[in-house]
Amino acid sequence: MRRTVVGMIVLGLTMCVVAQAETLQIEGSTTVGPIADAFAEYFKKVYPDLDITVKKTGSGDGAAALVDDRCDIATMSRFMKAKEFKAAVDGGVFPVAHVAAMDGVCPIVHPSNPVKDLTTAQIRDIYMGKIKNWSQVGGPSMPIVVISRDTSSGTYETFHGLVMEKKEMAAGVEYVNSNPQAHARVKTTRGAIGYVGIGFLDRSVKAIKVDGVMPSRRTIASGVYPVARPLFMFTNGYPELGSMVHKFCTFYLTEKGQELVEAKGFVPLTAY
Amino acid sequence: MDNKDLTLTLGPAAEFNRPLVLTPGQDLFGFILNHVGRALLFLITCSSVLAVLLILFFVIVRSVPFLTDYSIADFLAGKAWHPTSDTPAFGGLTIIVGSLYVSLAALVFAVPLGIMAAVFLSDIVSWKIRNVVKPIVEILAAIPSVAYGFFAVLVLAPWMQKHFGFSTGTNALNAALILAVMALPTIISVAEDAISALGRELREASYGLGATRMETILKVVLPAAHSGIIAAVVLGMMRAIGETMVVWMASGNATQIPHPWWDLSQSIRTMTATIAGEMGEAPEGSSHRSALFAVGVLLLIMTFVLNIVSEYFLSRAKKNLGRS
Repeated sequence: MRRTVVGMIVLGLTMCVVAQAETLQIEGSTTVGPIADAFAEYFKKVYPDLDITVKKTGSGDGAAALVDDRCDIATMSRFMKAKEFKAAVDGGVFPVAHVAAMDGVCPIVHPSNPVKDLTTAQIRDIYMGKIKNWSQVGGPSMPIVVISRDTSSGTYETFHGLVMEKKEMAAGVEYVNSNPQAHARVKTTRGAIGYVGIGFLDRSVKAIKVDGVMPSRRTIASGVYPVARPLFMFTNGYPELGSMVHKFCTFYLTEKGQELVEAKGFVPLTAY
Repeated sequence: MDNKDLTLTLGPAAEFNRPLVLTPGQDLFGFILNHVGRALLFLITCSSVLAVLLILFFVIVRSVPFLTDYSIADFLAGKAWHPTSDTPAFGGLTIIVGSLYVSLAALVFAVPLGIMAAVFLSDIVSWKIRNVVKPIVEILAAIPSVAYGFFAVLVLAPWMQKHFGFSTGTNALNAALILAVMALPTIISVAEDAISALGRELREASYGLGATRMETILKVVLPAAHSGIIAAVVLGMMRAIGETMVVWMASGNATQIPHPWWDLSQSIRTMTATIAGEMGEAPEGSSHRSALFAVGVLLLIMTFVLNIVSEYFLSRAKKNLGRS
């Protein structure tokens, strides 16, 4: 008898705790993942009772999770596909997009390389192996060492979609598995071309103008720079005002949010 | 007076005086305990065997959709690996060749060095120094492969570009050199064991016949230990072919076969690096994912064959030893 009473008390207590702790499930893109992580970390500090989990499996998984009501916020590095949108609406979920940041990908070369400006078509030809020597694009006679991110990265996805127009890269392209590694390879290789997120640019490599536009926070945020895309957070309908989901989805508008976005190598939409 | 009464009267302190004849109950208990213990240990042993079988089963099952839909000949002989294209192509030849290429190149560096080091440790240097050097060599095996990878990308690659004039430093040579260093501890350790296990008699007999140390090593010791040395080389090859992180960072990961074939300064990609690099983006249930599992099956078959070969030579080495 006593055991049952104790059991009930324990059960009751756990239920109270569960009821008190608000949960926030975030799932989706590996590209938006670092932003969601940084936001989540900050939220955990401000709201210690809040239980946030951030899963980074891919934009498609995020959309599927939102449709199945398995998450509160789906992070996506692309807009929802028609099929996903229809599945959501059919299931009574009405996706609303919040653009949390801009992601810009910049081609980089060795600082000693005199080439300053390439068109997207030229970059595409370099990555497809049609242009093999810097002399073909106005540089010195030097074979081009082409460096790409691995195909499972978000940076690759952006580049592959916007520059390559989804065409296959040549067999001789080298793959590296992180932005710092791409940066290191270009920094130490005279004939190299690579691409990194804008946050990884510094003086030891040279950023190249694409179609005459220099990659910078301003040209990316204003949409002039061609190799940039918005990063989304999707919710089911517009979140209830003042709710945790609402606070999270509008956090990018605050000064702290912008700071975090920039610290992760992305471009905030708003100037502060 | 029966046994139970005896124990009772003597009390627990007189344990040495325990009855020699057990009661049927005690006997049964002992019998059961013995067999339960055996069964438990047997199960624990089985679980590791089971783990291997389950992994094999899992990898093969997941690769079946690909192997049934796609022609195996194209997979083994095709050169185009475009898994994410709109018209995907899964030609595995470049990555199969890449794996074998860096592993064999690594052996070219590691085998002569490894055997010479093993001979040096077992036959030339004093016992004291050997006992210091061998553990240090074995520490090489404990360095995490990602640390080797960093060294390959940040030190070796720029160095090779600067001094050899290569256009790219992350290439087959870079990966092969690092893999050679990683295979060395295995080769040295196993070969040294085989050579020193030959014993004093063999060497003394050779010296007694008037052979010099050089002749003894080259014509007596090495031929006598050849089974163990071959096993060491095969184990080193297994280490090289299964290594992932280092080749993923050092080899450049370009899906091409070097042309001309001896040109180590070109980037290549291995099977392990392909699986590691692409598994993350291959959606569940897609042919890309099961193609990666098919690559895994192929890799398993390769290491399985190498393992059998090394077991064969190791057992032969033991048998030879027994005869002498």
